[in-house]
Amino acid sequence: MDNDIAISVNELTKRFGDFTAVDNISFEVRKGEIFGFLGANGAGKTTAMRMLCGLSYPTSGSGTVAGYDITRQPEEIKRHIGYMSQKFSLYEELTVIENLTLFSTIYGMTDKAIREKTAEVFRTLGMEGMRDTLVKEIPVGWKQKLAFSAATMHTPEVVFLDEPTGGVDPATRRKFWETIYRASSEGMTVFVTTHYLDEAEYCDRVSIMVDGRIKALDSPDGLKNEYGAATMDEVFRIVAKGAQRGD
Amino acid sequence: MGNAIDIQGVTKKYGSLKALDNATFSVPEGMMFGLIGPDGAGKTTLYKILTTLLSPDAGTATVAGLDAVKDYKRIRAEIGYMPERFSLYPDLTVNENLNFFASLFGVRVADNYDLIAPVFSQLAKFPNRRAGALSGGMKQKLALSCALIHRPKVLLLDEPTTGVDAVSRSEFWDMLATLKEKGITILVSTSYMDEARRCERIALINRGRILDVNTPSKLVESLEENLYNASAKEMYPLLEALRSLPGVKKCYTFGATLHIVTENDFNPAGAVSRLSDMGLTHVSISPAKGDVEDLFIKLADNG
Repeated sequence: MDNDIAISVNELTKRFGDFTAVDNISFEVRKGEIFGFLGANGAGKTTAMRMLCGLSYPTSGSGTVAGYDITRQPEEIKRHIGYMSQKFSLYEELTVIENLTLFSTIYGMTDKAIREKTAEVFRTLGMEGMRDTLVKEIPVGWKQKLAFSAATMHTPEVVFLDEPTGGVDPATRRKFWETIYRASSEGMTVFVTTHYLDEAEYCDRVSIMVDGRIKALDSPDGLKNEYGAATMDEVFRIVAKGAQRGD
Repeated sequence: MGNAIDIQGVTKKYGSLKALDNATFSVPEGMMFGLIGPDGAGKTTLYKILTTLLSPDAGTATVAGLDAVKDYKRIRAEIGYMPERFSLYPDLTVNENLNFFASLFGVRVADNYDLIAPVFSQLAKFPNRRAGALSGGMKQKLALSCALIHRPKVLLLDEPTTGVDAVSRSEFWDMLATLKEKGITILVSTSYMDEARRCERIALINRGRILDVNTPSKLVESLEENLYNASAKEMYPLLEALRSLPGVKKCYTFGATLHIVTENDFNPAGAVSRLSDMGLTHVSISPAKGDVEDLFIKLADNG
């Protein structure tokens, strides 16, 4: 296995009965890359992501994430990745410090490591004043950065972000993407889905899934050239237009 | 033609927090009207007052000529509401949800089917699927169908396209345009600025206050900022470097480039050579035209 590769997927397929949710996809993601995983609703992104996170067993095909085999070592994968989604990330009824401690403990960190890491998170986010505040009471922008920190307390090699900015306003979204840039510049691999196509412009490379297959994969500039489009929004519309599955 | 929605001096407090602070604006009948503001600005509170789910502490709100407090029961028959979160019954099927909402309003699905047909026909393939098992785009179409089944005069949509892909979003907005043609007034909030551009007028809201109401293009014209596009091969280092330059007030990502807001004395050529000296390559800075997105960022910053 090439040491520069964080995710490698080969002819990965997932069927539910006679429905092929993910249809023979292959790609690689380099270490430290920001990889945008785009697709229309129902294209198969979530199913593919679940397989990469060791949560769903593929029908056929193979893959590795952070050096571990997705079929044989799903538990190892879970220990070496971070996962954050807009839908669920933090316990609203727990305080900021309780959330961070909970996630760190689940990842098996030592008390000393937890103390050091939480102190670092509070320092870098400038959140010292919110240590004992209930998560439901902090503004959404902070909540997002905190959710990202909670998902990366154990310094995973790869972090999966499932629509991390869904329903978030344009100013807050931008601040969150700066968190992503910083993590990537420190060597973390970022695998991210989004429906905001301006965010796709910020990825190193982007794949677009249509009806279970990867129909396009390149850098944003490469895709714009290939499809004669000025923006990723146009690229997405051209590529996703022919989708048969709205569901 | 009167106003479909009229909000006068509406204030709503939660403890010491003013969710709405003397908000005043109106929406003429038949208009597509956008409500734009950062998270926590007070948009959802306003929807709850217009849908009679909350009473204002001060001020008045009328919808379809009815007072949101005194006539609350009658208002409910005149409005269609899609709340921020999916609010249909996940364990009922597509058809059961639609029939349930029709019976709540005392109407028959067949009587108003013409209105929902363009939306609902796309769900007709799976009438017996549980609503909870639908994809994001389909849930949203079912929610819109249920909000329309009693033929409301005013449609109140609170971030209806969150989590929906770009192609489905533009289909959704095409449907809203046909509803508007039928005379339905639409008040819609959104965090997608391409959608804000499709509204006839928008109200900018922040910290509970209505800051401005106008057409999107008039609001953008009123931006009055020195705005530039900036790009380089290394985009994140460029963002950090620009923020350290004199004359740069603000710098943020803007699609494939960065936008910088500068002081009057900012010198683009000088900045390019300084950035190149800092090791950035293919640096380019050129004047940019403002957009609704820039307007929003200014609004959020001044919050």
